[in-house]
Amino acid sequence: MNEGKHWLVRRRSIRALWIVFVAVLAIVAVGDVLIHGHPYFGLDGFFAFYAWYGFLTCIGMILFAKAVGAFLKREDTYYDGE
Amino acid sequence: MTASSAFPPALVLILGGLLLPLLRGYARGIAALALPLLTMWLVWQLPDGVSLSARFLEYRLELVEADALGRLFAIIFAIMAFAGALFALNQPRVAELAAGSVSAGCAIGIALAGDLITLFVFWEVMAVASIVIVWSRGTEESYRASMRYLQIHLLGGVLLMAGIVAQVADTGTIAFTAMTPGTPGTWLILAGFLINAGAPPLSVWLPDAYPEASYSGTVFLSAFTTKAAVYVLLRGFPGVEVLIYVGLYMMLYGIIYALLENDMRRILAYSIVNQVGFMVTGIGIGTEMALNGAAAHAFTHIIYKALLLMSAGSVLYMTGKRKCSDLGGLFQSMPITTLCGIVGALSISSFPLTSGFISKSMISQGAADERLLIPWFLLAAGSAGVFLHAGIKFPWFVFFQKDSGLRPPDPPLNMRLAMVLFSILCIGLGIWPEPLYALLPYPVEYAPYSVPHVVNMLQLLLFSGLAFFIMLPLMERTLTITLDIDWFYRTVGKRVFGGAATLTSNLLRGFETAVRYWVGALIAFTFRQAGPQGVLARTGAVGSMVTWVVVLLGVYLLLYFV
Repeated sequence: MNEGKHWLVRRRSIRALWIVFVAVLAIVAVGDVLIHGHPYFGLDGFFAFYAWYGFLTCIGMILFAKAVGAFLKREDTYYDGE
Repeated sequence: MTASSAFPPALVLILGGLLLPLLRGYARGIAALALPLLTMWLVWQLPDGVSLSARFLEYRLELVEADALGRLFAIIFAIMAFAGALFALNQPRVAELAAGSVSAGCAIGIALAGDLITLFVFWEVMAVASIVIVWSRGTEESYRASMRYLQIHLLGGVLLMAGIVAQVADTGTIAFTAMTPGTPGTWLILAGFLINAGAPPLSVWLPDAYPEASYSGTVFLSAFTTKAAVYVLLRGFPGVEVLIYVGLYMMLYGIIYALLENDMRRILAYSIVNQVGFMVTGIGIGTEMALNGAAAHAFTHIIYKALLLMSAGSVLYMTGKRKCSDLGGLFQSMPITTLCGIVGALSISSFPLTSGFISKSMISQGAADERLLIPWFLLAAGSAGVFLHAGIKFPWFVFFQKDSGLRPPDPPLNMRLAMVLFSILCIGLGIWPEPLYALLPYPVEYAPYSVPHVVNMLQLLLFSGLAFFIMLPLMERTLTITLDIDWFYRTVGKRVFGGAATLTSNLLRGFETAVRYWVGALIAFTFRQAGPQGVLARTGAVGSMVTWVVVLLGVYLLLYFV
């Protein structure tokens, strides 16, 4: 099944990529302990602020876009009759 | 003032561009590449201050006036003209190359204009050149898109012209200096500038028109109009608070619409609005740090956005397809395009070691220095959102995701060279930002590479990436577009004006019929009375004439004696 597929899209490679990705995520999150940042507002001084703030705002933006799309999405042939 | 500096650099690209269609083959290619280089050299030679002026009516036009800010933009516009021409060398439609050169020249003219009249002339010619770029693709869609573009930009031009007239009447001078909105003139000028920047409510002109140009035309378009607008806002309205909110809106608008979009180049067009939003926010913050950041970000943005659109243009050129739902798996046969696309995507996301990192962070720093709580948090969310919609979504859906089965090779040599050149610039500026910092309008006291900054940025971006892959099922591409303000003028407006046009033409036709009827009746009546057979044209005998004269004289005598 995997023969002839590009090595990057084989199931095992994708698994390996996920493992590496999660490891990198853990390292940069834990890296927060080692640095002494200089928070500007207080809230950004929380542990791994940038990690969870980026994650949550992205989820929020995707969901918000879905909500907007529910009202404003149309077939891409919508304007074809112009 | 030397002889070379007296020649306006903008005219090299404008006049040279107009001559390009007369050349053939290699000569045209060499000229197209040499003109931007010559322009860059001329810009480099310009001394500070006015180097060329002329009298017009009772005003003194400052046709060429250089300072750090103007020179920075003129240089990046010339670099862009070079790479754009390189990418477009195999474009058979020479009108596009000529118009691209003219629009680059106009952008440089704007960057070096010392007064509002010179600015306005270049501003309008640039709009016309951009229309030619869209229209030269030669399809029905591109023609219609170019007409919609024309209408919006005519509106912007009218606002700007009215503003300039009011401003000159108020102040008595045509000098282009920093203004504060307060008078009708300054508000109108600001509105004219903002329309070109892609600000709300008319942001849609940009994602509507740019993706309708050819594979190489969109690359030219992405650079000049919006960044010339950023330049004039930087010079004309630094520190105007309303720009913070306009910019933040543009930033979020670009993300939300790009997340919903299926057309790969329209994703990137929305992301232009998003990126210009960062710059406009920086201009609104208005400190030296933020203004430097906005200027630097315009510089790096032109390079990585052109790079992204080159990689998308290469895919379009090789496959003829533009929808994410038709693409995927192209990394296997287009390695150079994929790699360059990823470099552009990382740069726009301001990944460490790329150009976006050393420019965008100055804007956030400006917000932090001023303790602007909400703008700072929104800018951080926006940075995460950029990675989401342009940093991952674009390369993922075009080059990876499912295998579309398409196996096109990389594009021709000139297109590959243009992409590689801009990739090198993206990474080069990311590693070695000092040359760019030295060109900025204010002294730079900023070190982008501190350990906390790098770690924070990596956290923000990588966890945004995690969010993308977790939410991937919600991101699946559908064959849809998303309605925007243009719906009003493409449907309701069209119907209203179409209805008004039908009504007017019916009324006119009715009026014409009525006029024809009555004029005809008048002619017929006159003809009956005075025509050959008419009462007034009859001839009588001399005898009866004499008889009637006698009768009249008799009546007269009678009346006289009574």
